[in-house]
Amino acid sequence: MLEGLAANETDAIETIYRENYGMIQAFIVKNNGYPEDARDIFQEAMIVLFEKTKLNSFVLSCQIKTYLYSVCRRLWLKRLQQQNRYFPDVEMLKETVPVENEIEAHEKQAADFNLLEEALGKIGEPCKSILEAYYIQKKSMPDIAAAFGYTNADNAKTQKYKCLLRLKKIFFAQYKNGE
Amino acid sequence: MMNNTLILDAIERYRNGEMSPQEITLFEELRKNNPEIDQLAAEHNFFLSELDKLSDLKAFRHNLNEVESKLANEGIISHKKESRKAKMIYLWNRYRRTIAVAASIAGIVSISTVTIVSTYSEKKKVDVITPLVDTKLNQFENKLKQIETKLNDASVAAKQPVKPKLEANFRATGFLMDGNGYIITNAHVITDARNIIVENKKGEQFFAKALYVDKVTDLAILKISDTSFRKVTNLPYTFPKSPTELGEHIFTLGYPREEIVYGEGYLSAKSGYSGDTTSYQISISVNPGNSGGPVINKNGEIIGVISSKETNADGVVFAIKSKNIYNAIKELKNDEPIKLPSVNSLKGLDRVTQIQKLEDFVYMVKGN
Repeated sequence: MLEGLAANETDAIETIYRENYGMIQAFIVKNNGYPEDARDIFQEAMIVLFEKTKLNSFVLSCQIKTYLYSVCRRLWLKRLQQQNRYFPDVEMLKETVPVENEIEAHEKQAADFNLLEEALGKIGEPCKSILEAYYIQKKSMPDIAAAFGYTNADNAKTQKYKCLLRLKKIFFAQYKNGE
Repeated sequence: MMNNTLILDAIERYRNGEMSPQEITLFEELRKNNPEIDQLAAEHNFFLSELDKLSDLKAFRHNLNEVESKLANEGIISHKKESRKAKMIYLWNRYRRTIAVAASIAGIVSISTVTIVSTYSEKKKVDVITPLVDTKLNQFENKLKQIETKLNDASVAAKQPVKPKLEANFRATGFLMDGNGYIITNAHVITDARNIIVENKKGEQFFAKALYVDKVTDLAILKISDTSFRKVTNLPYTFPKSPTELGEHIFTLGYPREEIVYGEGYLSAKSGYSGDTTSYQISISVNPGNSGGPVINKNGEIIGVISSKETNADGVVFAIKSKNIYNAIKELKNDEPIKLPSVNSLKGLDRVTQIQKLEDFVYMVKGN
């Protein structure tokens, strides 16, 4: 199941949703939230789990259910605090596992992604589209050359590297500022 | 630039496993012998892995959304586009069973807020309810007070009773319920307070300590610990045990300012916030600082203790029913028995006279 998740297989995602989403929604609705909040939080928890499965050192020392519950609980608590809302201290009956480190890593990662996407927004077209096509959507160089009207893949490649250099420059300027 | 591009290309091909074994050896050697290139490669590797992860995440999010909308269509996950109204009904149904609990919890929360700084930083406050403690005794006001005290000290030191000197960071109201120096106020007023001082209308200040704090009912009992306090024998008001009727006119005295302030209104509901049956809803104009003030009916009976108001609505104030005071005394089990006054000498008097007889027993509660 977790391997399926790591490989981004919809079947695995769907099974995890079916088995766990109800519990999380019940928890969040019971604790001052709307079902929409539950969807958000659950998605985020899935991403935390997904990121965890990608790590080489990945071991899940408890059930997926317990893990997701712990992450969602933590995330929801955080969000309530951010919104200055009250978190009733209930639902402590279910066992939880410590997930603080993972959530912290996840937030750091999310901040990096934000920077990256911001940088992508700043480099302008056609750079943005070329880089996205190659690095995000993983299209092949000849396809990109055709789509963007370059005479051959090599030209496109040169253009891509020029764009990449600019992207890196913007990204690292911000990234180092942030440290 | 061209050189750079070549290096980037080399790094990427190396990373993607597109190099021949010969190229790999050459490339690794180049990195080893050239720290600049090595660093560039490390940096670029990091950057590419970030891009890769972002790509993975986007694909993953895409799948998540797909699964989500599939399950939403099957009705396993509720739909996102519910109207606000439907949501309220949904919530109501959802909450119905726990609403009593929620209400009492909300009570506790509003209460526990007063410890000003600490609680605000904890941010565990229900945002619809405001406890009525004035925590904005700002520096300016403090300065003024300091000057005032200095002047007092200098000119009339001889006449003034010794005032405990202390910078207050909250101010609320309380009132005597037993002439031996027992004062009732809100629990949220004094939670976490290190020093508590009560001050009467004449400006006499006394140290007090908390004997009883109940965050659930939001009541606290203080005892004046100063020896300079003289016993009061004839408290003019009583505390009815039976509930008050809707529409009854009520009034309050309190310290939203440094001076005692009168306010009047009426009883608007027999239950408090979210149906909390231990309190009333009253319609009256109050401000931070009124917390812990008495709610008095036309006969001079104290029917409740002001505790909080709804933030988003004007004049929606909640007061703890006086019945809870009896319970609090019972729970406290004080060595010296606390006796609530049994004779009411305010009945039938006009309002001004009532206030004159009352105001000496309404105290400002402050401290830090």
